[in-house]
Amino acid sequence: MEIDPFIFRLSIFILSIFVGYYVVWSVTPSLHTPLMSVTNAISSVIIVGAIIAALSGSSEKIFDIPNIFGFLAIILAAVNIFGGFLVTQRMLQMYKKKKK
Amino acid sequence: MSANLSASFYLISGILFILALRGLSSPETSRQGNYFGISGMAIAIIVTFLSVGNFGSGLVYVLTFLVIGGSIGAFIAFRIPMTAMPELVAGFHSLVGLAAVFVAISAFLKPEAFNLGIVGNIKLASLIEMSLGAAIGAITFSGSIIAFLKLRGIMSGAPITFKGQHFINLFLGLAIIFLIYNLCVTQSTNMFWTIIAISFLVGVLLIIPIGGADMPVVISMLNSYSGWAAAGIGFTLENTALIITGALVGSSGAILSYIMCKGMNRSFFNVILGGWGATEQSTGGQNKEQKPVKSGNADDAAFLMKNASSVIIVPGYGMAVAQAQHALREMVDALKKNGVKVSYAIHPVAGRMPGHMNVLLAEANVPYDEVFELEEINNDFANCDVAYVIGANDVTNPIAKSDPQSPIYGMPVLDVEKSKSVLFVKRSLSPGYAGIDNDLFYRDNTLMLFADAKKMTEEIVKSL
Repeated sequence: MEIDPFIFRLSIFILSIFVGYYVVWSVTPSLHTPLMSVTNAISSVIIVGAIIAALSGSSEKIFDIPNIFGFLAIILAAVNIFGGFLVTQRMLQMYKKKKK
Repeated sequence: MSANLSASFYLISGILFILALRGLSSPETSRQGNYFGISGMAIAIIVTFLSVGNFGSGLVYVLTFLVIGGSIGAFIAFRIPMTAMPELVAGFHSLVGLAAVFVAISAFLKPEAFNLGIVGNIKLASLIEMSLGAAIGAITFSGSIIAFLKLRGIMSGAPITFKGQHFINLFLGLAIIFLIYNLCVTQSTNMFWTIIAISFLVGVLLIIPIGGADMPVVISMLNSYSGWAAAGIGFTLENTALIITGALVGSSGAILSYIMCKGMNRSFFNVILGGWGATEQSTGGQNKEQKPVKSGNADDAAFLMKNASSVIIVPGYGMAVAQAQHALREMVDALKKNGVKVSYAIHPVAGRMPGHMNVLLAEANVPYDEVFELEEINNDFANCDVAYVIGANDVTNPIAKSDPQSPIYGMPVLDVEKSKSVLFVKRSLSPGYAGIDNDLFYRDNTLMLFADAKKMTEEIVKSL
């Protein structure tokens, strides 16, 4: 009997939860704010879906309603990607060691 | 690009995201970690363009919108003051949530673009995944908006509660489940819109009863939700990068919520079901005026600290409000010149989001190896001469250790009272967010400095 590909995706999902669990516990508490901003930035990888939605269909119908939702999602996700990574970078630049 | 090849690239970007989080285990590796995250994102976006392969006029628009959004994001990232990080993160969460809703709508209206079937006959699994993704995304969106408004001070931080609130939430939650079931049977578009509308409402109702001091839990929780929403969409789109990321973000937010709840010794459900302010019993309000309080001025404080051999600084949210972190650093520099050993003690729930105080101190150029967590430093208070409490309150209250009647009993607190003397900067004797009186004010070794945190610190710098 063939295995449903859904099971494979579910396996990836559950294993990733475990990976996330162990990786996040090893994050030092002083970096919890950058952790939040960077997780926020990477969750914007949802832009992948937005791009597919925006580019779907023929090029004459580029502003069909489903495509418009795709374009809107692109803007939102792009704000997040750039904003999230840049603000994380800005914060991490500030963490300095004691000058000896 | 073949589907197998692009799937492999999505896996690579998922792995890069794991490495991005791994980098945060120490400040030295964190910047490199951020670059891993950026590369992962770049790979995912480029691969998506190549696999769609439609380089018609659509591409121009996509790039235009990408640049517009990117510029707005970059502008915000450079302009935002560090004290506003909690509301920024809340605002960003709302965007992820809304983006998830939009992608789900698009997939529902045009399933053939995502190989999910045709309108009116979408695959059952995809329907469940996209409606769950849309529902969680909508809850994340409206919940984050409320959190944003509360943090920004546009909406009062006081919990908004009404009778039967929990029943309404429960009812709406069950309604969403029922509607998803119904959607799977009927494939009705109206059903789909209703699910989204109810989810927006649930997000609002879920966050309004939670008080200002519980915001660290709320932000972490919404962080987690935004992850689960992304994962739901990831299943719909059969995209590995999105599934991995969703799982990572979801578990990250959940762990942070757990750490924050533990920092307040409260269960997650206790926080969700309403703030301290709501269940507050007004005990102890009558007899506190009679107790004697010692108060001093900046010169007294400067004298005490100059002659100390070690000082521990306890910052809290009040320091962020007063923007006192830079003045504080100047004070510490002056003390160090006098040969005083200075360190900082940070309570897990100090501030309005996890790690908030650490970022503010880093911004003021405080080296991170002078900043310690509660467990690391709590034993040092007994050997320290002066504890300087600036903008913190409930997290120093010794009553949490002694009075089982107190609402904060059992909450881990900083043992500030064990130091030889305590300098407590505060504008008045008013209780903190938990609404309870701080026993520390009336101790013999406590000197109250009644002033704005920034002004007081600046004056101390002058008299040093």
